[in-house]
Amino acid sequence: MHKDLFALMRAERTVRVHLAVTMTAAVLTGLLVLVQAELLAGALSGRFGAAALAALAAVVAVRALLAWAQGVFAGRTATAVKSALRHRLLARLRDLGPARLAAHRSGELVTLTGRGLDGLDDYLTGYLPSIAVAAVVPVAVVVRLFAADLASAVIVLVTLPLIPIFGALVGMTTKAVTERQFTALSRLGGHFLDVVRGLPTLRAFGRARYQATVIREIADAHRSATMRTLRVAFLSSLVLELCASLSVALVAVPIGLRLLGGSLDLTTALLVLLLAPEAYLPLRAMGTRFHASMEGIAAADAAFAVLDSPGGEEPAPAVKPLARGAGEGSAPAAEAPAWGGGAPELRLEHVTVRYPGRDEPALEDVSLTIAPGERVALVGESGGGKSTLLSLLLGFVRPSAGRVLVDGVDLRELDLAQWRARLAFVAQRPHLFAASVADNIRLGTPAASSEDVRRAAAAADAGFVADLPQGFDTVLGERGANLSAGQRQRVALARAFCRPGTSVLLLDEPTARLDGRSEAAVVAATERLARDRTAVVVAHRPAMIHLADRVIRLHAGRVITDTTPNGTAGHAWALTETVAGEGCGA
Amino acid sequence: MTRRMGVRLVWAVLAGAAADLAGLGLVAAAAWLITRAAEQPPLAALSVAIVATRAFATSKGVFRYAERLTGHDVALRAQAGTRERLYDALVAPQQPRHGGADLLSRMVDDTEAVQDLLVRCLLPAVAAAMAGLAAVVIGLTILPVAALVLLAGLVVAGVLLPAGAAAAARRWSARLAPARAALAGRVADLVHGSADLAAYGADGEALARAREADEALAALERRQARVHAAALAGGILAQVLTVVAVVLLAQAGGAGSVGTAVLALTSLVAFEPVLPLAAAGERLAGVTAALRRLREVRAAVPAVAEPAAPAPRPDGPLTIEVDNLVVSHPPATTTAAGQEQGALDGAPQNGQQGHHRRQQQRRVVLDGVSLRLTPGRRVAVVGPSGAGKSTLLAALMRLVEPESGAVRVNGVDIRALAGDDVRALMTGLTQDPYIFRASVRDNLRLAGPEADDETLHRAVRDARLEEWVERTGWDAELGEDGRTVSGGQLQRLALARALLYDPPVLLLDEPAEALDEETADRLTADLLDVTRGRTTLLVTHRLKGLERVDEVIVLEEGRVVQRGHHDELVSVPGYYRDLWESEALTRR
Repeated sequence: MHKDLFALMRAERTVRVHLAVTMTAAVLTGLLVLVQAELLAGALSGRFGAAALAALAAVVAVRALLAWAQGVFAGRTATAVKSALRHRLLARLRDLGPARLAAHRSGELVTLTGRGLDGLDDYLTGYLPSIAVAAVVPVAVVVRLFAADLASAVIVLVTLPLIPIFGALVGMTTKAVTERQFTALSRLGGHFLDVVRGLPTLRAFGRARYQATVIREIADAHRSATMRTLRVAFLSSLVLELCASLSVALVAVPIGLRLLGGSLDLTTALLVLLLAPEAYLPLRAMGTRFHASMEGIAAADAAFAVLDSPGGEEPAPAVKPLARGAGEGSAPAAEAPAWGGGAPELRLEHVTVRYPGRDEPALEDVSLTIAPGERVALVGESGGGKSTLLSLLLGFVRPSAGRVLVDGVDLRELDLAQWRARLAFVAQRPHLFAASVADNIRLGTPAASSEDVRRAAAAADAGFVADLPQGFDTVLGERGANLSAGQRQRVALARAFCRPGTSVLLLDEPTARLDGRSEAAVVAATERLARDRTAVVVAHRPAMIHLADRVIRLHAGRVITDTTPNGTAGHAWALTETVAGEGCGA
Repeated sequence: MTRRMGVRLVWAVLAGAAADLAGLGLVAAAAWLITRAAEQPPLAALSVAIVATRAFATSKGVFRYAERLTGHDVALRAQAGTRERLYDALVAPQQPRHGGADLLSRMVDDTEAVQDLLVRCLLPAVAAAMAGLAAVVIGLTILPVAALVLLAGLVVAGVLLPAGAAAAARRWSARLAPARAALAGRVADLVHGSADLAAYGADGEALARAREADEALAALERRQARVHAAALAGGILAQVLTVVAVVLLAQAGGAGSVGTAVLALTSLVAFEPVLPLAAAGERLAGVTAALRRLREVRAAVPAVAEPAAPAPRPDGPLTIEVDNLVVSHPPATTTAAGQEQGALDGAPQNGQQGHHRRQQQRRVVLDGVSLRLTPGRRVAVVGPSGAGKSTLLAALMRLVEPESGAVRVNGVDIRALAGDDVRALMTGLTQDPYIFRASVRDNLRLAGPEADDETLHRAVRDARLEEWVERTGWDAELGEDGRTVSGGQLQRLALARALLYDPPVLLLDEPAEALDEETADRLTADLLDVTRGRTTLLVTHRLKGLERVDEVIVLEEGRVVQRGHHDELVSVPGYYRDLWESEALTRR
């Protein structure tokens, strides 16, 4: 039994109800087999008349109905549990936020939250009901046997525990064998995928055809290794089956002899013969179900590992007007949008940012003041801390030490949602959603009219949208796959334009990987967007840097130069020449 | 399927049938034994039945064991055969496929469908049919009418119900697959679009939409469960109603108590192997879909046509001429958003539409590119991403078919050469180099199976990988997808491979990609040292060091926009100078 999963099921009312119905139906179905055996024995021995057959038909109708109900409610239980778990995972994904999500393997998270949870189906619809049946039905059968025929009942009662005992014994030995072989097996089993994935590389070195023979050899090795484990694994069910059928034989033979001697009537004999296997069946079924549900248990483990992983504390203190009295008197201004709405001043005071699991800080003791309306270009090699500085201003990461102040107010004490509403932000690789272009543009302002959207697109120089098959209603492929990099960048800029009342512009290398023409369009749009806003732009290309009033160079998390050229290309150029003269150190 | 496989399959089927028959025989013999015993005959009359009961009881388990072993053995062999055939189909250069790595692993999963087809569908069905037939034959000897009723019941439970379940499963999977894809898409939005969503305050909305997608999927799954449950209930009804009818007929037809008991219990047990067939039918829908997808992959036309009679591979110093080369690609994704999913689900009508559209919208990637590589000459190709740099290399390696123009090696059009021969002449560090789950040594040896240690060490040294290899160890196992290898090391491993292979014309696609600035500089410098005097085509986005190559070609949108020596290019305004200046700006 999975502890976390069980806690989750207890917490969800619908799950509790559905699971209860499923289990009850399963147990009742099991118990009806007793009634069915009773009636069948009576009918066959001729003790009951035709009425027994009618009753039998009725019992069967009820059993079928119960089986149906069990199937339906098991399905509901499974979907409800998966939904509950999925909702928690989804909320968790949101709460982790961009900075910490980057630390996870995103592909695995997507698979786990989507298809991965389907592995729970077997556990929920098969294994759990089988536990209930195994707990109730054998007991009922033994009780009925005691009432019918003491000798048979005793034999069943004595042999019954052999099933779980043998099951556990065989299970333990097979487990050891399987575990010994597991690494080899998964290695051999994964070989084909490995080769297929590496096919382009094999082709480049003329080894593709040669690998066909290797594939055959490995497949053979895989097969014989698998068969070695299967020989042992199937042995367990052989032992259990033999155990059960020999026990039945143990019951049947004395019955035959006693019938022969006339000390037992036919009805009882038939009843015992029909009932005895039913005592062993649920236990064997439970074992089989358990093996089938291993994948689901692994999925549950993975899901709870994500849910229980550290670092989800962040989004809770969303609104915190007067928190932290010790905060050097900066608190009072934090009510509502305190900064009037004009371009704010941004200040970093001795900010250090450390990411978990990394020795070097991403930013170290950075102090900066960016005046209202100033346009700052952040330059420097990748990994120098530029993107971290943007994440800091966006509230995706918090300083490990030091403070970020917006018009003198600590960012920690602002309502993040309200603060972000003032930001026009374009990520390095903006994510476009599989929705219409218009909906992508109005991401931050769902209420924007189509006129607003058109105006924003025009401002972002996204004229190409009109040429798409359905214009602004064109639905984009996953991640905007049907647009070029430059077009995606301009849709993202239009997104920023479409947000009214923004006073801060944050851009992350908007022209990286663009060709000359797209770059010119993006630069022009960026210039318009930077007007009347405090702008912080991570830039690589000269055209973008020329827009700035001020160029800040970051290296290894520190500001190494902070210069204010007068905006001409010559100056910016000369500046880098002098900087390049400095030693670069570690 | 080979003959030996066929023989193995027959053994598996026979073992399965024998197990089911033993189960049937056990009950029939036991029923006969008990009812006959109630008539108190002499013990000798029962002895055969007693022996039979015991024999059936033990042999049933043994036969089942034999069936499972031989069945899985056959299935694994069949799967291996399917994989071999799939691999043979994939060896020829392929058209780029949607979905990339996911699609590949799905394809590999699909080969397991063959295993399912045999173990979960075919074997149980044949065994059930034989057991059912045996039950009917037993019935015929006692009371033919009852046997016919039993046959009818078995057909309902073993043929009609599974067929219905298969049809329903097909219908449901056609609806479930898009719902699953929609959910996956919403989850991917939440993960990959996390920054945009948070910054624009739209994360709540995106979360709500992911939940909606989950609800929609859950609703469909609930309805699917109802169908599944109905099939289950239908099977039980068929089973016991048949038994009741058989008993009624037996009592009316005067089969006697022994005959009635044997008939009834035989009927009851005959359904045991038949009832699971409904689930097998549901599984069959998925299996056939997987097999269809595999057939489609195998039927896919290779990206390039191999010549029927390849010209001999040119020898000696090679001159490569690229003459007015035009290459166009199908678009990565067409404008219909659902198409990618359609292609993934293998829905045939979608696939055809997609094919149609692809033909209409070919995107020109290389638009009349010419260049000349004489022996010992080094040419660099630069340009923004998507300019066609990698496609140029793919055309040289004969991985894509040019629309017009030609690539010639010593005057021979490479279309006249065998693809493998072309790649023996021109190859090197390709895009997305792959690290296999094997030792460092084997990962390198791949490019030089006969290389001695000395050669191996030299290649590693030239790729500046020496320190890493010494630290990691030559026999260290590299993880799946080369996960234990960082981007930079991966690139250097790939470079070492290329140097080890030592082709007459060395192609290098972004060798310094994903390396940090300092290493990239050192690598580029070493690279230019190593390739001195070697015919080399270098694709790169970094310009530092390019003053040392003989010619630089600037590609933009598939056309050559600038060409010449580095010194010439930096002296005139244009893309190259812009890039040179911005590189200088970001460098320190």
